[in-house]
Amino acid sequence: MSLIEVKNLEKTYFTSDLKTEVLRGLSFSIEKGEFVAIMGPSGSGKSTLLHILGFLDRPTSGEYRFESKTINDYSDEALAGLRNAKMGFVFQAFNLLPRVSVLDNVKMPLFYSGIKESDWNELSLQAINQVGILNRANFTPSQISGGEQQRAAIARALVMKPQVIFADEPTGNLDTKTGHQLMEILKTLNEENGHTIILITHEQDIASYAKRIILLRDGRIESDRKMTN
Amino acid sequence: MIFKYTFKTALNGLRTNKSRSALTILGIVIGVASIIAIESIGEGAQLLIVRQLEGLGSQTIVIQPGREPKGLSDFASLFLDSLKEKDLLALKNKNNVPTLLDLSPEIIVPGSVTYLGESKDALTIGTSPAMTQILDLYPTEGVFFSDEDVANYSYVAVIGSKVKEKFFGDGDVLNQKIKIRNRNFRVVGVFSSAGQAMMFDVDSLVIIPYTTAQRYLLGTDHYTEIVARAVSKETVDQTARDIVATLREAHGITDPAKDDFHIQTQEDIQQRAGMITDILKMLLMSVAAISLLVGGIGIMNIMLVSVTERTREIGLRKAIGARSKDILWQFLVEAVLLTLTGGGLGVMLGAGISFMAALVLSRLVAIGWVFTFPLSAALVGLAVAFLVGLVFGIYPARKAAKKDPIEALRYE
Repeated sequence: MSLIEVKNLEKTYFTSDLKTEVLRGLSFSIEKGEFVAIMGPSGSGKSTLLHILGFLDRPTSGEYRFESKTINDYSDEALAGLRNAKMGFVFQAFNLLPRVSVLDNVKMPLFYSGIKESDWNELSLQAINQVGILNRANFTPSQISGGEQQRAAIARALVMKPQVIFADEPTGNLDTKTGHQLMEILKTLNEENGHTIILITHEQDIASYAKRIILLRDGRIESDRKMTN
Repeated sequence: MIFKYTFKTALNGLRTNKSRSALTILGIVIGVASIIAIESIGEGAQLLIVRQLEGLGSQTIVIQPGREPKGLSDFASLFLDSLKEKDLLALKNKNNVPTLLDLSPEIIVPGSVTYLGESKDALTIGTSPAMTQILDLYPTEGVFFSDEDVANYSYVAVIGSKVKEKFFGDGDVLNQKIKIRNRNFRVVGVFSSAGQAMMFDVDSLVIIPYTTAQRYLLGTDHYTEIVARAVSKETVDQTARDIVATLREAHGITDPAKDDFHIQTQEDIQQRAGMITDILKMLLMSVAAISLLVGGIGIMNIMLVSVTERTREIGLRKAIGARSKDILWQFLVEAVLLTLTGGGLGVMLGAGISFMAALVLSRLVAIGWVFTFPLSAALVGLAVAFLVGLVFGIYPARKAAKKDPIEALRYE
């Protein structure tokens, strides 16, 4: 049984009298432990796909199963719980709270979990250690570099030990060198810790860290190939 | 999400915009401070009135001409002329009012008081020696004029301590001549400083025989009021009933609705004074309520701004597992925290204002003003602040909770 199963997934936006088909029938599955890059030019629907996979959005038609259950099996509240426990998100713009420390930023998902407060510090510091910025734990985002900020964001995504980490253009706001350092971290998390990672990017060299690349064009899968490196 | 964290998050949100938060709660601070100050000063005023009325004596009954005043327009009744000498005689008759201890008419004499051509603030009233017993007030220098002086229409006066000070300073007072409405009166007695009694400032009074006042100063035959005293506290009601019956008979009144006089006991006056301060308090409270309303709208406004500013944060929180109700609580707690802070500051400010007012009033006006801190008003103030936060915070909080996470994450 696959972690993620998508069949004939379609997403259409209706704005007044305009109908925009963003996803036009996607089918694929992703196994536990995979590192998948979803590529494609802007407007190809890759962000929309990520939102649907991340339970932030619902498809117009077709089927999406996460751990064999569809989004229709859950209430909005249960979806929030699912995102909290099983999914981690990393965004292009980091989305850290500006005036609180890295440690408090990383703690955030724990607040919405059932995990007891006495464990919060330890879990957060573990995650921060995993991304190699333990010495920055008490700094606020404005006091650390962009690369470190994105690492903090990855630590935040990791802290709940999720089934899958969704990374939406995580290197988009970083210079090339820092971007590659960040990809090394994601790669390690995948290879050594077994995290499933689904990455969105439009840069070939960033995508090359993944073991599988799904290429979207105009809302359809143009290619889906495993990398052999 | 546990409450402690909600609280911490809200606190952080407020700290982020310290000066904005401070300005936002100003309306609440002022509103709650007003509630406290009004309640405290109102209570002080009421205490003061009660204590002054106690000076009137619980056995005292005041008979006034005209119907009982029910509103401001009825104050015209002060000028009615239904109480005359024959009433005094009828009341003095032990057969009519057996429980009456003594009584004295009272006449307010408008017009200036002068000494050596210099005019000073003073109020002249005409009365009889019985007044000294009713008020329990006796001259410390000289004597009060006698019943003979009353019978003989004598030109004699007893003056209050302030009047003495203004006219004579430390100099001789007794047997000096002061002019009231251009007639010379000989000063026979001086009261020491006594403050308020019978709603008059005794220190500023000039007291002369009522007969003299009627015949030579005013040329009238009626009284401003008659002050009577029952033999005991327990007989006040009986005395009052007898007085009413006696006066109705003397005036030939059969229908109580046509009474051309009314009587007040200390209890009546206290009740009425309480009513007046209550009405004043209510008026002022409605002003405070408006301040709170405006303050609440300010809170709502700033919370809406805050929700918009933090759209991305809301999107992120939702993405990492916050439920809509977690977001709702976060912003609601923030709003309530704002207004409660305002409420707390308001209570302190209000207490400070009332304390200063009490200080100033007792120093400047030289009256025995008592500072009271109304605990109930403080609690009401805090509760109102809490409610304002809840009422005006719910709309922005709901708006935040309803945000679509994708839209919110994209928000620039």
